[in-house]
Amino acid sequence: MCNGKSNGTSSGTGGKNSYHIRRSRVQAVESLAEAVFTVCAFFAVLAVISITLYMIANGLPAIFKVGIRNILFSTEWSPTAQEPSYGILYVVLTSIVGTFMAILIGVPVALLTAVFLVEVAPAKLAAVVGPAVELLAGIPSVIYGLLGLMILNPLMYKWEQAIFKDSDTHQFTGGANLLSAVLVLAVMILPTVINISASALRAVPPQMKASSLALGASHMQTIFKVLIPAAKPGIITAIVLGVGRAVGEAMAISLVSGSSVNIPLPFHSVRFLTTAIVAEMGYAGGVHRQVLFTIGLVLFAFIMIVNVALNGILRKGEREDG
Amino acid sequence: MVRVDGRFSRKCKDMAALALVCLSSFFSVLLLACIIIYVFAKGFPVITVSFLTTVTSVLKGTVGIAGNIVNTLYIVVITLFFATPIGVGSAIWMNEYAHKSRLVRLIEFTTETLAGIPSIIFGLFGMVFFGRTLHLGYSVLTGALTLTLMVLPLITRNTQEALKAVPDSYRNGAIGMGAAKWYMIRTILLPSAMPGIVTGVILAVGRIVGESAALLFTAGSGYLLPKPGMGLLHKILEPGGTLTIQLYLSMSKAQYQVAFGIAAVLLCIVLAINFLTRFVAGKLDVTTKT
Repeated sequence: MCNGKSNGTSSGTGGKNSYHIRRSRVQAVESLAEAVFTVCAFFAVLAVISITLYMIANGLPAIFKVGIRNILFSTEWSPTAQEPSYGILYVVLTSIVGTFMAILIGVPVALLTAVFLVEVAPAKLAAVVGPAVELLAGIPSVIYGLLGLMILNPLMYKWEQAIFKDSDTHQFTGGANLLSAVLVLAVMILPTVINISASALRAVPPQMKASSLALGASHMQTIFKVLIPAAKPGIITAIVLGVGRAVGEAMAISLVSGSSVNIPLPFHSVRFLTTAIVAEMGYAGGVHRQVLFTIGLVLFAFIMIVNVALNGILRKGEREDG
Repeated sequence: MVRVDGRFSRKCKDMAALALVCLSSFFSVLLLACIIIYVFAKGFPVITVSFLTTVTSVLKGTVGIAGNIVNTLYIVVITLFFATPIGVGSAIWMNEYAHKSRLVRLIEFTTETLAGIPSIIFGLFGMVFFGRTLHLGYSVLTGALTLTLMVLPLITRNTQEALKAVPDSYRNGAIGMGAAKWYMIRTILLPSAMPGIVTGVILAVGRIVGESAALLFTAGSGYLLPKPGMGLLHKILEPGGTLTIQLYLSMSKAQYQVAFGIAAVLLCIVLAINFLTRFVAGKLDVTTKT
């Protein structure tokens, strides 16, 4: 641009024109670039809106056809029977109970590991544990599924045989049950919860720790009575993200959790929202297929609730900080 | 006496708490070690040259995953081809162009939402939208487009972080010397933010390689190698199962040997990606310090 100006003054009008042309060309490229970036930026908005619309458009027809009571509040799932019924109440309950149990098992372990990483471990040890946790997050979910199938299920089968030895009513599952799936999920949420609670613990102002120690509290008392309460919003965020991960996981638990729809009890073969879709979408047709989309819509609604809750927590945190 | 007792019980509690903390983290690390050792111990004996370079065929009597490796590469390349420009562009707009913070917050919220949507939902959406509405059917392209939506947040977020880390003096310096905005972004900002962008892309590769639920109903499960010549292009519109899909299918057919072989290959890729990220992220620190 500087060059253009000096040309313009030295060689008269022709140079001025070329300067103007060049300038307008630069301006054209500039506005084109801005337009392209704007489109890119709104791509995510477009994607979320179209996913929402498509999930609703594909999930609703079955609700109208079968009736909301017969889908959401009925427990009978026999989509391929002569007179099919499409009750998904047990499937929904399984997802809720399974996620809750996974959180119950996974979060304490994860939180304590985060405490270890941030407060207890010497720097060298933390440099091993930290990357190990990250690696845990990178392992593909099908591998967790494979390990669950090969290690947990035989173990569960042994327990099952021992516990239900004298039971006449129990249907043996071969170890593919709710408990196996819950354990796999508990392991899978570990990295998410560890990482986010660790950064929440790190963000606690050092003065708080110093004052607590100066008042005579021991290191452990300081951690559990001062640091963890101070990091509570971050830890809740971690748990909510863990819930999201557990609710949405499909492939890791699809073979581990069994293959029939049942009341979610630890030694029952169960179907989650996700595994029902994975297992049946391949061969389903007609209303059955539409009901699977309804299951997808229910899952989507769960995730959206989790997201909105998360956003609320983050906003609240921001306001308190400001 | 009472005080001494109190002190003693406090010590006990402290020790118990410390033991719990150490035990938990020990468990987490042990878990990882066991997973890696178990998968490698079961998987490495299966991996031979013919396992990696041939396609499973009853006629030739071979068991191999070459087709799945090629499919995985196809999907990684096509997904990044779409996702990288869009993700980087979106981050640039949010960080450099946007004036209204409300709009930026809306886009950030939707990006977070997109990151939180489970892959099976992406799979359903991809199947209906790309597969049926756009008539792409079960194909590599359908899978790649679906994954584009899925990895977009990763690339956007990492690029945005990297752009935020570039000091304002770089921008002011370039603008002050008369550079136009896009010229400044192209020559100053993007090179400075490169390690962050590359980290995002590598993380996206990891996500794509490990993904299965979103691909099951979009890219399908073909395991044959593409035919040479035009077949290489046609492959994009044909179904193709990635390594993870093949692992899942082998697992559900109780072919556990093949499953562990693929699992070991996948773990190797994941480990490599992890080290690569660490390496690039290390570079990131250097550029922001100087």
